[in-house]
Amino acid sequence: MDWRARNQAGYWAFLVHRVSGIALALFLPLHFWALGQALEGEARLESFLRWSEQPLVKASEWTIVLLLAAHLAGGLRVLALEFLPWRDWHKGLAALAAAVSIAVGLAFALAL
Amino acid sequence: MKRDANAARQETLLWIAQRASAAVLAVCVLVHLATLIYAVRGGLSAAEILARTHGSTLWLGFYSLFVLAVAVHAPIGLRTVLAEWIGWRGTWRDAFLLGFAMLIAGMGLRAVTAVFA
Repeated sequence: MDWRARNQAGYWAFLVHRVSGIALALFLPLHFWALGQALEGEARLESFLRWSEQPLVKASEWTIVLLLAAHLAGGLRVLALEFLPWRDWHKGLAALAAAVSIAVGLAFALAL
Repeated sequence: MKRDANAARQETLLWIAQRASAAVLAVCVLVHLATLIYAVRGGLSAAEILARTHGSTLWLGFYSLFVLAVAVHAPIGLRTVLAEWIGWRGTWRDAFLLGFAMLIAGMGLRAVTAVFA
């Protein structure tokens, strides 16, 4: 990609989408392992949930929810650009993607 | 020549699988985000979660679909990232990603069974 393009909203949307995707792919096995604890009984899952109340784990959870929302919003942007005749709107879509992910992140943070 | 045509066909199929799984995931993730924001209000306990989830066929089906869509979507996305950012292409990369897809599907369906069955 041309370095001059890196200042554009589209480049940042691409980068956030890619980095959030990598982080989510790495998180998935851990998430599934944690939920699988329930197979060993309610007490096992409960002890994992109590462990997850540490501030650092809470912050990580919030980060991963924010990344999930960002990846969703960025993915909707990609689908819109590829399948809808909206090419002139791509900066607006990037801004909308950012707004949606921040809104979901805040909603989750307030619910914690 | 035939090999090139096969490779192009494979890329097209992967592109379609990536977009189709993305469309399924867009709905799944919206529902998942709404559910978890609702569920974590006032804290989580294992008893509370499992009482709500165990035996729910609808959620079992929903999250099984979610897991399978992710098992298609994530490895195809990583395939592009591995090629573009570290230059890893070819059969070994695809074999590694097939393994990753199976790991995600297996662990994911195990988790769905643990929580919803």
